[in-house]
Amino acid sequence: MNLFDILGPVMVGPSSSHTAGAVRIGLAARALLGRGTPRRAHIALCGSFAATGRGHGTPRALIAGLLGMEPDDERIPDSPRLAREAGMDVSFGEEPLRGEHPNTARLHVEAADGETLDMTASSLGGGRIEVVEMNGLSVLFSGELPTLIVQNRDQPGCVSDVTGILAGEEVNIATMRLYRDHPGGSAVMVLEIDKPVAGEGLARLRAIEGVFSVTYLDARRAL
Amino acid sequence: MQTLEELARAGEGRDLFEAVLEDDCRERGATREDSLSRMGALLEAMRRAQAGYDPTLRSGSGMAGGDGARMRRYARERGGVCGPFVGEVIAQAIEMGESNACMKRIVAAPTAGSCGVLPAVLLPYQRREGLRDEDVVRALYVAGAIGQAIATQASISGAEGGCQAEIGSASAMAAGALCYLGGGDAQAVCHAAAIALKSLLGLVCDPVAGLVEVPCVKRNAAGAMIAMMSADMALAGIRSAVPPDEVVLAMRDVGERMDASLRETGLAGTAGTPFGICMRERIQGGKATP
Repeated sequence: MNLFDILGPVMVGPSSSHTAGAVRIGLAARALLGRGTPRRAHIALCGSFAATGRGHGTPRALIAGLLGMEPDDERIPDSPRLAREAGMDVSFGEEPLRGEHPNTARLHVEAADGETLDMTASSLGGGRIEVVEMNGLSVLFSGELPTLIVQNRDQPGCVSDVTGILAGEEVNIATMRLYRDHPGGSAVMVLEIDKPVAGEGLARLRAIEGVFSVTYLDARRAL
Repeated sequence: MQTLEELARAGEGRDLFEAVLEDDCRERGATREDSLSRMGALLEAMRRAQAGYDPTLRSGSGMAGGDGARMRRYARERGGVCGPFVGEVIAQAIEMGESNACMKRIVAAPTAGSCGVLPAVLLPYQRREGLRDEDVVRALYVAGAIGQAIATQASISGAEGGCQAEIGSASAMAAGALCYLGGGDAQAVCHAAAIALKSLLGLVCDPVAGLVEVPCVKRNAAGAMIAMMSADMALAGIRSAVPPDEVVLAMRDVGERMDASLRETGLAGTAGTPFGICMRERIQGGKATP
């Protein structure tokens, strides 16, 4: 842990795992949906989120993240009202853990244009999170480095097209993981990169044949 | 820096803060200016959080809120058993803990539950001694380095090590920071931290209904008091008989032996009292709605 993992973050209380981490989970879902504030969200709280989440403001923190607030936003306690004003319909439920970290939420979010996202994420403590499931696929990323999430059809050449474009943009890849449901089915590439990708680079990635969506999470902003 | 021994060595013959700043720049690939401005922003955020205390706020459970103002009024009007300065420290520690419980903006140091300890000793001391912000920022580096050594060798998480890992670590960090501001050398700083940590060894994490309220808020005041006491002992030349890193490892060992019911699960300790059980049933009995 570095010095600023010990001192900080600046955050709205009361709990870095149940409040700050929950805001980040909401933010991650918003960023991965990529359509601004969702029209509808159903959130299942699991494990300790279900047991003590309400007293820690976890539901309000998750809503705040979906609205695009950062963990230090003092409007977090007021997020249910702000969600109503923004026209976002939110419901909550509880589900048992399926082997995940005790602080876990499963989100189903729906954008105004009908696009949906299913995401499961866990809060690890200190405000750090990891996304462990996305649209039915097991994934694993934290968003602590600039991260590209590419959803594509599982077909030859996709990985090479993506890495080729990044090489052309002089972006170095720190880590890369591939996930798919079955051969030829839907796949996700998660790439942690050393510097941001410019808008043009993202456009070129999105234009690759077989790529459905490209989401860019900036460590310091989106998460 | 991974250990207090390394920290003490790094500060030999030079300003301890400089050694920590260099280490941070190296570790994060940051410039000196970036690092200093980020730490300055944390100090400013602590001060704002302190100034933003609202005595009328109550936490969702109704258990936390208003006591900081009660303490402040008492200390101002009657001086108190400990005198006005310590009364101010106690009031500030409770206020910050209450602000955290009431979903106000705070600075985790090292955790949200222990956010009141460091500012409660540093801000009143700065005012009394007329210190510059620059000096307090330097003390924050020293505090952070102590926290790093504890986190690396043991833990700063209540779920892993009990409250000794949260309030204990915060108190050790604050003790070292105060000792540094009081003119102590790197050895004295590490011993101040060790004396504080030793004094809180074995403290369990037993939050009523799992919430960061009871007994967490008042333990911030306890951590602040022990930090002041430990800094004064170290500045007087008293040393921890047990070497500082061995104290950290003892904290880890105690945390590992601690039953899970006493590590943030809200099952035993004050959480397991009839009052605690009644509160848990009342709070967790409801549906998970905001």
